[in-house]
Amino acid sequence: MINLKTRRIKTAALAALLTVTLLAAAGCKRNLFPASGVVAGWDKGDKTQTFDASTLWQYIDGGADQYVNAGLVSAATSDYKYQGNLEAVVDIYTMKTAAGAQKVFEADPPLDAKTPQLGDAARLYERSLVFRKGKYLVRITAYQAVPGEADALLALANAIASKM
Amino acid sequence: MQNRREFVKEMVAGAAVLGTGAKFAWCETKGAEKSKVVIVRDPKLRTPGPSPDEKRVAALLDHAMQTYFNTQNPVQPWKQLVRPGQVVSLKLNAMGGRAIAPSVALVAAICERLQQAGIKAGDIIVWDRGSRDLEMAGFKLSSAPGAVRFFGSDTAGYETAAVNYGSVTTRLAKIFTQSDVVLNLPVLKSHNLAGVTMAMKNMYGVIDNPSALHGSACNPYIADLNMIPQIREKVRFVIADMKTAVFEGGPSYRPEYSWNEDGLMIGEDRVAIDTISAQMIERKRAEKGLQTLEQKGTPTHFLATAADAQHKLGTNDPARIALIEQSIG
Repeated sequence: MINLKTRRIKTAALAALLTVTLLAAAGCKRNLFPASGVVAGWDKGDKTQTFDASTLWQYIDGGADQYVNAGLVSAATSDYKYQGNLEAVVDIYTMKTAAGAQKVFEADPPLDAKTPQLGDAARLYERSLVFRKGKYLVRITAYQAVPGEADALLALANAIASKM
Repeated sequence: MQNRREFVKEMVAGAAVLGTGAKFAWCETKGAEKSKVVIVRDPKLRTPGPSPDEKRVAALLDHAMQTYFNTQNPVQPWKQLVRPGQVVSLKLNAMGGRAIAPSVALVAAICERLQQAGIKAGDIIVWDRGSRDLEMAGFKLSSAPGAVRFFGSDTAGYETAAVNYGSVTTRLAKIFTQSDVVLNLPVLKSHNLAGVTMAMKNMYGVIDNPSALHGSACNPYIADLNMIPQIREKVRFVIADMKTAVFEGGPSYRPEYSWNEDGLMIGEDRVAIDTISAQMIERKRAEKGLQTLEQKGTPTHFLATAADAQHKLGTNDPARIALIEQSIG
């Protein structure tokens, strides 16, 4: 009887541990990309590509070292379209620490950037926006300029930041 | 792979085709001869949309090629680069997406001229390392027989036998080895390691282990890679799309660090082209108040290595570069 009770407790503990592990794993790989229609005007492309420190060069050959040296865990990228014509790419870099995200962010010269209130720090340019929040660094790059583009980039960025 | 006889035969045949126009495709920089580099710009190249004006791009290409080869006939330059029956491939640098990749319009114009010079459409391959990169640059993948083919090395694969020169041991893309002539279509960008990526650095996209060649600001790797006989000899001409260029943050596309050059840069001397490219990026960085590439820790030492007595891939001496700059439109 006692033996059976002990076994049940062990089974329950194992199940709980497994659940916690799965949730933690899900947390690490949670989808930070807003789906189509979640942000007004923005549609997400079908594919999301992911890379780790050993494969990032396949995405940005020659540019990967900067992220890897700052403690890259993973990178994910997806295409977006705004109102059917503005094409953009969202890159989300997950670093080991917030300091790593800050290091990459601050390596870029700010030039004439605007600094909107977004995440821990953000820079907004014509056709691009970069921000960091905790261990995440996000780049949104648009391929052409359209009216209202800054507000559109900010809306998409805020939606991403809210999921972090 | 070629045996030595085939290799020599191709060199001789290639030299005959190129005639006096080919000073640097596989010959050493000689005496007082200067390397010709042509830049032609068209300030009306852009349209309100993401793609440039197709007709203006075609006219820009013709003007640049005719200036370089000193001819009034727009097909004649291509007859000096290729001959009927050859497989001709266009190695793009498409990894930055359509905003910083050779345009579809430019590639279409080149393919049209190649066909007019006697190359069958089915013998033309447009490629880069990754098929996705081509798609992101606006190209539709295709391997239909009888038509110009578009695909990446990730689908075509790499040779099993390694080749080497100096510090570089690598495997070449099958598309590359199966091409008789390779036209190099880079874009002008700063590079977080090498300082500049243009003609010579674009050859990282023809091998299976580019990430192994990034140490020491890519030096001597870039020069050594370009010394591999197949790369040195098959890559006969550079046609760089400079509609947009990146002065910081490259090789990725960074709109905030880009400028509109709205032109093409062409030539045979890959070192001269990269030297002019480095100067352009340095000028733009100075204009923006940024550090020089050397101060930033991304020196372009590979240029001197490529020009040194061991490599002799071309010249990095501005005094030995005949730069011709023109504007149309």
